Amino acid sequence: MSPKLRKAILRQIGLQAFLLLVTAVVMFPVLWVVSMALDPRNISRPNELQLIPPGASLESFRVILFEPFGLTREGIYFGTLLKNSLVVSLGTAVMTVALGASAAYAFSRFRFIGRQVGMLSFIILLMMPSTGTMVPLFVLMSRIEIGGEQLRRTLFGLMIAYASSALPFAIWNLKGYFDTIPKELEEAALIDGASLTGAFFRVILPLSLPALAVTILFSFMSGWTEFMMAWVFLEDPERTTLAMALRSISGGGQHSAPWSEFAAMSILMSLPVLVLFFLFQRWIVSGLTVGGVKG
Amino acid sequence: MAAIAKIHGSHREGLSKAVRQNLLAWAYIAPSALVMAVITFYPQIYQVWMAFTDFGAANIRPENPPDFVGFRNFVRILTNDMPAIQYYDFGRLLLFNVVWTVSNVFLHVVLGVAIALALNAKGLLFRRVYRVIFVIPWALPSYITALVWHNMFDQNYGAINLLAAKVNDLFRGTFLGAAYGPTADWLSQFTWTPIYSGLPERTNWLSGAVIIPIDFLPFLPLAFYAVLIANTWLGWPFMTVVATGALQSIPYELYEAAEVDGAGKWRQFWSITLPLLRPAMVPAIMLGTIWTFNQFNVIYFISNGEPQGMTEILVTQAYKIIQQYQLYGLAAAFSIVVFFILLIITLINNYVTKATEAYDVA
Repeated sequence: MSPKLRKAILRQIGLQAFLLLVTAVVMFPVLWVVSMALDPRNISRPNELQLIPPGASLESFRVILFEPFGLTREGIYFGTLLKNSLVVSLGTAVMTVALGASAAYAFSRFRFIGRQVGMLSFIILLMMPSTGTMVPLFVLMSRIEIGGEQLRRTLFGLMIAYASSALPFAIWNLKGYFDTIPKELEEAALIDGASLTGAFFRVILPLSLPALAVTILFSFMSGWTEFMMAWVFLEDPERTTLAMALRSISGGGQHSAPWSEFAAMSILMSLPVLVLFFLFQRWIVSGLTVGGVKG
Repeated sequence: MAAIAKIHGSHREGLSKAVRQNLLAWAYIAPSALVMAVITFYPQIYQVWMAFTDFGAANIRPENPPDFVGFRNFVRILTNDMPAIQYYDFGRLLLFNVVWTVSNVFLHVVLGVAIALALNAKGLLFRRVYRVIFVIPWALPSYITALVWHNMFDQNYGAINLLAAKVNDLFRGTFLGAAYGPTADWLSQFTWTPIYSGLPERTNWLSGAVIIPIDFLPFLPLAFYAVLIANTWLGWPFMTVVATGALQSIPYELYEAAEVDGAGKWRQFWSITLPLLRPAMVPAIMLGTIWTFNQFNVIYFISNGEPQGMTEILVTQAYKIIQQYQLYGLAAAFSIVVFFILLIITLINNYVTKATEAYDVA
């Protein structure tokens, strides 16, 4: 064996050892959750470290999906929680992307009075901690009544609150992406007789699909896993979101469930996010770096 | 801006065009500006007003306005004049928040870049498999990750202590496990012993009792190391992804040229890799700093500020002022204080970046 080859093999072994160690550390919590979820013995806590516990089954998934949660007296089903979470997250995503795209386009393409003040205020808002938006929204939405009910206590109110905190980042990010699209493309469309609005819809938006997808994904995810505001704003147990329910059964509280059920629900909630993330991964990376750097 | 004005030919033409542009721009912004004015800007202004009042739960009804108290909220926050709030100490909160941010971002960047370098090594096998696996901690929602880590640090049945037991079992009877024995609360009487006596299996990671593992850092309890481990687990992949992108854009010819000139691997790393990584890493570090500074989920759901508020950061404290104590005016003032701290950090960050910009090769 030539010394060069031997050196290459040793180097490969070293790299593989290092990366396998990292893999082990990354996978440890994931495997822990999977093994907890599969544990059928209906013990409240595992007492040994095993990947596949004896007699593994999907019982805990069945319980989470089809048995009621004890959050109300009558019990509340996974379907209801899922519906609440979807309403809030999808609503937030649609609202954020629709409002964000039009504003970001103007900030990217026009020079108008108030532009710099506007951009500056978005940066400032990005630095405001989420608890900062939470207090005034809590008070203001408590005062608005819709159909004899405080707006704050409704899912629609929660959606507004999430969109409020998601918008500054969305506009900032989309504007950064629009900046990278050459102006000549729109000008060509205008010469071909398209209106400016037409050019925006038929040229800019299709080209910005990556940035739009990232905006939708991020605002969807913030609604999907947000706990802070939901916990303080909502009062009606029928409006509990998945995130709130997960925390309730995660232990400590009066509704704590066996760990196997907590693990099963964590997996059910993570899977869609994981799938979306891997689908959009390339765009997320480019979107974050482009939007972040450009002024 | 000035340059644009110059391009527009005659003054009058430029003016009318500017007006038209302004109108069009505002037409585009109008819907989102209107909604944002109502749901984002107005609440922020309202918050500033609230910060100067003694707004409490009773004042939510509009017919019962709060009293104007001037700067009293701010003074109380900064002088620790808050008898109602348990374990409140602004200096401690700020110090811990800064230590938390710096130690995390440092670990994320070092680990992130090191792993990115390994992933980028020439001729590496299974590169794609590793890439997919290593993104998982970033892709998982931090909220769920935090709840899972809280569970893993459980004293009796948590994965961390079970793992320690497993390792001890593995070494039992070997020379390493010669002095093996159960060592509860091992970390509270931390001393360096020459004999390996087994890992502590019953470590009380998140207990209410104050356990200080490292004597000369008396303000960092064991729970700090627990949240640091958890947040490092979920924080480094972002840095790896950013660094990988930058590494791939470094032309291989640069290294070949350096090799011809006789530069060793170490020299190549310092003179080529690091300077070319820098432009991509700086914004990522800024973003990471702001995220970590306000990392609510990890702190709130894993240690919840225990023991005795020693691992509380500013946002979790702000949340407790709202959720537990319902002191809305005080919470508004607190959020403004946090905002100014973040602003100062960003400005310092910016300044340091600008000051070292000449270092850029690209």
